[in-house]
Amino acid sequence: MTLAGGPGAVLIIVPAYNEEAAVGSVVTEIRTVVPGIPILVVDDCSEDSTITAARMMGADVLPLPYHLGLGGAVQAGYKLAFELGYEYVIRLDGDGQHDPRDIPAVLDALRSSGCEMVIGSRYLLEDSNHTSFLRSLGIRFFRLILRPILGKPVLDPTSGFVGVNRAALQVFSKSFPLEYPEIEALVVLKRRAFRFLEVPCRVRPRVAGKSTITPLKSVYFVIHVLMGVFVNILKFERRRWRR
Amino acid sequence: MEPLLNAIGLASLAVIALVLLSLRRAHIRVEYSVSWLGAAVALLVLSRWRSLLERVGGWLGLRDDPASALVLLIIVVLFVLSYRFSIIISRLKDANVALTQRIAVLEFRVRTLDEKQQADSSS
Repeated sequence: MTLAGGPGAVLIIVPAYNEEAAVGSVVTEIRTVVPGIPILVVDDCSEDSTITAARMMGADVLPLPYHLGLGGAVQAGYKLAFELGYEYVIRLDGDGQHDPRDIPAVLDALRSSGCEMVIGSRYLLEDSNHTSFLRSLGIRFFRLILRPILGKPVLDPTSGFVGVNRAALQVFSKSFPLEYPEIEALVVLKRRAFRFLEVPCRVRPRVAGKSTITPLKSVYFVIHVLMGVFVNILKFERRRWRR
Repeated sequence: MEPLLNAIGLASLAVIALVLLSLRRAHIRVEYSVSWLGAAVALLVLSRWRSLLERVGGWLGLRDDPASALVLLIIVVLFVLSYRFSIIISRLKDANVALTQRIAVLEFRVRTLDEKQQADSSS
Protein backbone atom coordinates (compact mmCIF):
# COMPACT_ATOMS: atom_id res chain seq x y z
CA MET A 1 0.00 0.00 0.00
CA THR A 2 1.42 3.42 -0.92
CA LEU A 3 1.42 5.73 2.05
CA ALA A 4 -0.41 8.97 1.36
CA GLY A 5 -1.32 11.34 4.14
CA GLY A 6 -3.72 14.26 4.17
CA PRO A 7 -6.48 15.74 6.30
CA GLY A 8 -8.05 13.04 8.44
CA ALA A 9 -5.57 10.38 7.29
CA VAL A 10 -4.59 7.72 9.82
CA LEU A 11 -1.41 5.66 9.98
CA ILE A 12 -0.61 2.78 12.30
CA ILE A 13 2.99 2.48 13.41
CA VAL A 14 4.44 -0.74 14.76
CA PRO A 15 8.03 -0.47 16.06
CA ALA A 16 9.72 -3.87 15.93
CA TYR A 17 13.10 -5.32 16.80
CA ASN A 18 13.72 -9.03 16.20
CA GLU A 19 9.99 -9.77 16.16
CA GLU A 20 9.83 -12.15 13.17
CA ALA A 21 7.65 -14.59 15.12
CA ALA A 22 5.07 -12.01 16.20
CA VAL A 23 5.02 -9.11 13.76
CA GLY A 24 3.24 -11.00 10.96
CA SER A 25 0.27 -11.90 13.13
CA VAL A 26 0.18 -8.36 14.58
CA VAL A 27 -0.06 -6.90 11.06
CA THR A 28 -2.71 -9.46 10.05
CA GLU A 29 -4.81 -8.69 13.14
CA ILE A 30 -4.57 -4.95 12.52
CA ARG A 31 -5.64 -5.40 8.88
CA THR A 32 -8.62 -7.47 10.01
CA VAL A 33 -9.76 -4.85 12.55
CA VAL A 34 -9.11 -1.71 10.46
CA PRO A 35 -8.77 -2.92 6.86
CA GLY A 36 -8.40 0.47 5.16
CA ILE A 37 -5.73 1.94 7.40
CA PRO A 38 -2.09 1.64 6.27
CA ILE A 39 0.41 -0.04 8.59
CA LEU A 40 4.03 1.03 8.88
CA VAL A 41 6.39 -1.37 10.64
CA VAL A 42 9.51 0.48 11.78
CA ASP A 43 12.25 -2.13 11.83
CA ASP A 44 14.96 -1.14 14.30
CA CYS A 45 17.74 -2.92 12.39
CA SER A 46 16.57 -6.43 13.34
CA GLU A 47 18.94 -9.36 12.92
CA ASP A 48 16.12 -11.74 11.99
CA SER A 49 13.45 -11.73 9.26
CA THR A 50 11.16 -9.12 10.80
CA ILE A 51 11.15 -7.06 7.57
CA THR A 52 10.17 -10.03 5.39
CA ALA A 53 7.48 -11.16 7.84
CA ALA A 54 5.94 -7.69 7.96
CA ARG A 55 6.06 -7.17 4.18
CA MET A 56 4.57 -10.61 3.51
CA MET A 57 1.50 -9.64 5.52
CA GLY A 58 1.08 -6.40 3.57
CA ALA A 59 2.67 -3.80 5.83
CA ASP A 60 4.94 -1.03 4.63
CA VAL A 61 8.34 -1.21 6.31
CA LEU A 62 10.66 1.59 7.34
CA PRO A 63 14.00 -0.15 7.89
CA LEU A 64 16.47 1.75 10.06
CA PRO A 65 20.10 1.31 8.93
CA TYR A 66 21.33 1.38 12.54
CA HIS A 67 19.80 0.15 15.81
CA LEU A 68 18.41 3.19 17.64
CA GLY A 69 16.29 1.70 20.42
CA LEU A 70 12.54 2.02 20.90
CA GLY A 71 12.33 5.81 21.12
CA GLY A 72 14.50 6.36 18.04
CA ALA A 73 12.45 3.85 16.04
CA VAL A 74 9.12 5.36 17.07
CA GLN A 75 10.38 8.87 16.31
CA ALA A 76 11.53 7.77 12.84
CA GLY A 77 7.97 6.58 12.20
CA TYR A 78 6.55 9.86 13.53
CA LYS A 79 8.90 11.85 11.28
CA LEU A 80 7.83 9.95 8.17
CA ALA A 81 4.14 10.24 9.12
CA PHE A 82 4.52 13.98 9.67
CA GLU A 83 6.36 14.48 6.36
CA LEU A 84 3.69 12.53 4.51
CA GLY A 85 0.97 14.69 6.05
CA TYR A 86 -0.81 12.20 8.31
CA GLU A 87 -3.23 13.69 10.81
CA TYR A 88 -3.47 10.78 13.24
CA VAL A 89 -0.92 8.14 14.14
CA ILE A 90 -1.56 5.15 16.36
CA ARG A 91 1.38 3.22 17.71
CA LEU A 92 1.29 -0.29 19.09
CA ASP A 93 4.09 -2.72 19.87
CA GLY A 94 5.29 -5.40 17.47
CA ASP A 95 5.36 -8.18 20.09
CA GLY A 96 1.60 -8.74 20.02
CA GLN A 97 0.92 -7.53 23.57
CA HIS A 98 -1.52 -4.86 22.42
CA ASP A 99 -4.87 -5.99 21.11
CA PRO A 100 -5.61 -4.33 17.74
CA ARG A 101 -9.35 -4.56 18.52
CA ASP A 102 -8.78 -1.49 20.70
CA ILE A 103 -7.53 0.62 17.79
CA PRO A 104 -11.01 1.98 16.89
CA ALA A 105 -11.55 3.14 20.50
CA VAL A 106 -8.21 4.99 20.54
CA LEU A 107 -8.93 6.54 17.14
CA ASP A 108 -12.46 7.61 18.09
CA ALA A 109 -11.18 9.23 21.28
CA LEU A 110 -8.45 10.99 19.31
CA ARG A 111 -10.93 12.36 16.79
CA SER A 112 -13.73 13.31 19.18
CA SER A 113 -11.89 14.54 22.30
CA GLY A 114 -9.58 17.09 20.71
CA CYS A 115 -6.79 15.77 22.94
CA GLU A 116 -3.37 15.67 21.35
CA MET A 117 -2.63 12.22 22.74
CA VAL A 118 -4.73 9.19 23.68
CA ILE A 119 -3.22 6.41 25.79
CA GLY A 120 -4.52 2.86 25.72
CA SER A 121 -4.64 2.04 29.44
CA ARG A 122 -4.75 -1.52 30.76
CA TYR A 123 -5.78 -0.22 34.20
CA LEU A 124 -9.16 1.06 33.04
CA LEU A 125 -10.25 -2.54 32.60
CA GLU A 126 -11.34 -4.77 35.49
CA ASP A 127 -9.09 -7.61 34.33
CA SER A 128 -5.67 -5.98 34.29
CA ASN A 129 -3.39 -8.76 35.50
CA HIS A 130 -0.95 -8.93 32.60
CA THR A 131 1.73 -6.98 34.41
CA SER A 132 4.71 -8.27 36.35
CA PHE A 133 5.15 -7.28 39.99
CA LEU A 134 8.20 -5.11 39.22
CA ARG A 135 6.50 -3.28 36.38
CA SER A 136 3.38 -2.76 38.47
CA LEU A 137 5.52 -1.28 41.26
CA GLY A 138 7.25 1.03 38.78
CA ILE A 139 3.94 2.17 37.33
CA ARG A 140 2.58 3.03 40.80
CA PHE A 141 5.74 4.99 41.57
CA PHE A 142 5.54 7.00 38.35
CA ARG A 143 1.82 7.66 38.84
CA LEU A 144 2.75 9.43 42.08
CA ILE A 145 5.58 11.38 40.44
CA LEU A 146 3.57 12.41 37.38
CA ARG A 147 0.35 13.42 39.16
CA PRO A 148 1.56 16.90 40.26
CA ILE A 149 3.57 17.45 37.06
CA LEU A 150 0.74 16.66 34.66
CA GLY A 151 -1.97 18.18 36.84
CA LYS A 152 -4.14 15.09 36.50
CA PRO A 153 -3.75 11.39 37.22
CA VAL A 154 -2.41 8.99 34.61
CA LEU A 155 -3.12 5.31 35.24
CA ASP A 156 -0.86 3.70 32.66
CA PRO A 157 2.10 6.01 31.99
CA THR A 158 4.27 3.24 30.50
CA SER A 159 1.72 2.14 27.90
CA GLY A 160 3.09 1.75 24.39
CA PHE A 161 -0.39 1.78 22.88
CA VAL A 162 -0.70 5.45 22.01
CA GLY A 163 -2.51 7.63 19.50
CA VAL A 164 -1.36 11.14 18.61
CA ASN A 165 -2.74 13.89 16.40
CA ARG A 166 -0.78 16.10 14.02
CA ALA A 167 0.07 18.74 16.64
CA ALA A 168 1.70 16.12 18.88
CA LEU A 169 3.28 14.52 15.80
CA GLN A 170 5.00 17.80 15.01
CA VAL A 171 6.38 18.08 18.55
CA PHE A 172 7.51 14.45 18.69
CA SER A 173 9.18 14.72 15.27
CA LYS A 174 11.51 17.27 16.83
CA SER A 175 11.77 16.09 20.42
CA PHE A 176 11.27 12.51 21.55
CA PRO A 177 13.12 10.52 24.20
CA LEU A 178 15.42 7.81 22.84
CA GLU A 179 15.09 5.28 25.65
CA TYR A 180 11.93 4.40 27.62
CA PRO A 181 10.01 7.13 25.79
CA GLU A 182 6.46 6.80 27.13
CA ILE A 183 6.72 8.62 30.47
CA GLU A 184 9.03 11.38 29.23
CA ALA A 185 6.78 11.90 26.20
CA LEU A 186 3.96 12.84 28.58
CA VAL A 187 6.12 15.53 30.15
CA VAL A 188 7.24 16.76 26.70
CA LEU A 189 3.55 17.20 25.82
CA LYS A 190 2.83 18.96 29.11
CA ARG A 191 5.56 21.49 28.29
CA ARG A 192 3.49 22.42 25.22
CA ALA A 193 0.29 22.56 27.32
CA PHE A 194 -1.14 19.64 25.30
CA ARG A 195 -3.83 17.36 26.70
CA PHE A 196 -4.05 13.60 26.94
CA LEU A 197 -6.79 11.08 27.61
CA GLU A 198 -6.80 7.41 28.60
CA VAL A 199 -9.09 4.79 27.12
CA PRO A 200 -9.35 1.14 28.17
CA CYS A 201 -7.22 -1.33 26.23
CA ARG A 202 -6.43 -5.00 26.59
CA VAL A 203 -2.90 -6.25 27.16
CA ARG A 204 -2.01 -9.85 26.34
CA PRO A 205 1.03 -12.01 26.99
CA ARG A 206 3.75 -11.71 24.33
CA VAL A 207 3.11 -13.78 21.21
CA ALA A 208 6.76 -14.89 21.09
CA GLY A 209 10.15 -14.16 22.60
CA LYS A 210 11.05 -13.09 26.10
CA SER A 211 10.90 -9.74 27.83
CA THR A 212 14.37 -8.26 28.33
CA ILE A 213 13.40 -6.55 31.60
CA THR A 214 15.59 -7.66 34.54
CA PRO A 215 15.67 -6.28 38.11
CA LEU A 216 18.90 -4.39 37.31
CA LYS A 217 17.41 -2.93 34.14
CA SER A 218 14.32 -1.93 36.12
CA VAL A 219 16.47 0.11 38.52
CA TYR A 220 18.25 1.70 35.54
CA PHE A 221 14.84 2.39 33.97
CA VAL A 222 13.58 4.21 37.07
CA ILE A 223 16.74 6.35 37.38
CA HIS A 224 16.85 7.09 33.65
CA VAL A 225 13.20 8.11 33.44
CA LEU A 226 13.40 10.19 36.62
CA MET A 227 16.36 12.08 35.12
CA GLY A 228 14.48 12.56 31.86
CA VAL A 229 11.40 13.89 33.67
CA PHE A 230 13.56 16.19 35.80
CA VAL A 231 15.37 17.60 32.75
CA ASN A 232 12.05 18.24 30.99
CA ILE A 233 10.72 20.06 34.06
CA LEU A 234 13.86 22.23 34.08
CA LYS A 235 13.24 23.13 30.42
CA PHE A 236 9.60 23.84 31.26
CA GLU A 237 10.53 26.15 34.13
CA ARG A 238 13.14 27.97 32.04
CA ARG A 239 10.51 28.67 29.38
CA ARG A 240 8.13 30.00 32.05
CA TRP A 241 10.79 32.29 33.52
CA ARG A 242 11.59 33.72 30.09
CA ARG A 243 7.99 34.83 29.57
CA MET B 1 58.83 14.72 45.79
CA GLU B 2 61.28 15.08 42.88
CA PRO B 3 60.75 11.55 41.50
CA LEU B 4 56.98 12.19 41.41
CA LEU B 5 57.44 15.53 39.62
CA ASN B 6 59.89 13.90 37.20
CA ALA B 7 57.39 11.15 36.48
CA ILE B 8 54.64 13.69 35.84
CA GLY B 9 56.98 15.69 33.59
CA LEU B 10 57.85 12.56 31.61
CA ALA B 11 54.20 11.53 31.38
CA SER B 12 53.32 15.02 30.09
CA LEU B 13 56.02 14.73 27.43
CA ALA B 14 54.68 11.29 26.49
CA VAL B 15 51.14 12.70 26.14
CA ILE B 16 52.40 15.57 23.95
CA ALA B 17 54.33 13.12 21.75
CA LEU B 18 51.34 10.76 21.52
CA VAL B 19 48.94 13.56 20.57
CA LEU B 20 51.34 14.95 17.92
CA LEU B 21 51.85 11.46 16.50
CA SER B 22 48.10 10.86 16.43
CA LEU B 23 47.59 14.21 14.70
CA ARG B 24 50.20 13.31 12.08
CA ARG B 25 48.46 9.98 11.42
CA ALA B 26 45.04 11.69 11.42
CA HIS B 27 43.84 9.51 14.31
CA ILE B 28 42.65 12.57 16.21
CA ARG B 29 41.16 15.82 14.91
CA VAL B 30 42.94 19.11 15.68
CA GLU B 31 39.97 20.50 17.65
CA TYR B 32 40.03 17.53 20.02
CA SER B 33 43.80 17.49 20.40
CA VAL B 34 44.01 21.07 21.72
CA SER B 35 42.58 20.15 25.15
CA TRP B 36 45.06 17.31 25.60
CA LEU B 37 48.04 19.37 24.40
CA GLY B 38 47.04 22.31 26.60
CA ALA B 39 46.65 20.10 29.68
CA ALA B 40 49.93 18.24 29.02
CA VAL B 41 51.92 21.46 28.48
CA ALA B 42 50.43 23.02 31.65
CA LEU B 43 51.37 19.95 33.71
CA LEU B 44 54.86 19.86 32.18
CA VAL B 45 55.43 23.51 33.07
CA LEU B 46 54.15 23.03 36.62
CA SER B 47 56.27 19.92 37.18
CA ARG B 48 59.44 21.79 36.11
CA TRP B 49 58.77 25.26 37.54
CA ARG B 50 59.05 24.75 41.28
CA SER B 51 58.18 28.27 42.48
CA LEU B 52 55.08 28.40 40.31
CA LEU B 53 53.97 24.99 41.59
CA GLU B 54 54.44 26.18 45.20
CA ARG B 55 52.36 29.28 44.46
CA VAL B 56 49.57 27.18 42.93
CA GLY B 57 49.84 24.82 45.92
CA GLY B 58 49.40 27.86 48.18
CA TRP B 59 46.14 28.80 46.39
CA LEU B 60 44.89 25.27 47.00
CA GLY B 61 45.93 25.29 50.66
CA LEU B 62 48.76 22.82 49.97
CA ARG B 63 51.75 25.17 50.26
CA ASP B 64 53.87 22.53 52.05
CA ASP B 65 52.93 19.76 49.66
CA PRO B 66 53.06 21.05 46.07
CA ALA B 67 53.30 17.51 44.65
CA SER B 68 49.85 16.72 46.06
CA ALA B 69 48.61 19.98 44.54
CA LEU B 70 49.89 18.80 41.15
CA VAL B 71 48.18 15.41 41.53
CA LEU B 72 44.97 17.24 42.49
CA LEU B 73 45.31 19.40 39.38
CA ILE B 74 45.78 16.29 37.23
CA ILE B 75 42.54 14.83 38.64
CA VAL B 76 40.68 18.09 37.94
CA VAL B 77 42.07 18.25 34.39
CA LEU B 78 41.06 14.64 33.68
CA PHE B 79 37.58 15.30 35.10
CA VAL B 80 37.12 18.41 32.92
CA LEU B 81 38.38 16.58 29.81
CA SER B 82 36.10 13.59 30.48
CA TYR B 83 33.13 15.87 30.91
CA ARG B 84 33.97 17.79 27.75
CA PHE B 85 34.17 14.54 25.79
CA SER B 86 30.87 13.33 27.30
CA ILE B 87 29.25 16.46 25.86
CA ILE B 88 30.89 15.85 22.48
CA ILE B 89 29.78 12.18 22.49
CA SER B 90 26.21 13.23 23.36
CA ARG B 91 26.16 15.67 20.44
CA LEU B 92 27.54 12.99 18.12
CA LYS B 93 24.89 10.53 19.28
CA ASP B 94 22.11 13.07 18.63
CA ALA B 95 23.53 13.73 15.17
CA ASN B 96 23.85 9.99 14.53
CA VAL B 97 20.21 9.37 15.48
CA ALA B 98 18.95 12.26 13.36
CA LEU B 99 21.03 11.11 10.36
CA THR B 100 19.94 7.48 10.74
CA GLN B 101 16.28 8.52 10.83
CA ARG B 102 16.77 10.89 7.88
CA ILE B 103 18.44 8.18 5.79
CA ALA B 104 15.64 5.73 6.63
CA VAL B 105 12.91 8.23 5.71
CA LEU B 106 14.65 9.24 2.44
CA GLU B 107 15.31 5.60 1.49
CA PHE B 108 11.66 4.85 2.11
CA ARG B 109 10.56 7.72 -0.11
CA VAL B 110 13.01 6.78 -2.88
CA ARG B 111 11.80 3.19 -2.76
CA THR B 112 8.17 4.33 -2.94
CA LEU B 113 8.96 6.55 -5.94
CA ASP B 114 10.81 3.69 -7.68
CA GLU B 115 7.88 1.37 -7.17
CA LYS B 116 5.47 3.99 -8.47
CA GLN B 117 7.67 4.63 -11.52
CA GLN B 118 7.88 0.92 -12.27
CA ALA B 119 4.13 0.56 -11.93
CA ASP B 120 3.55 3.57 -14.23
CA SER B 121 5.97 2.29 -16.88
CA SER B 122 4.50 -1.21 -16.88
CA SER B 123 0.89 0.01 -17.23
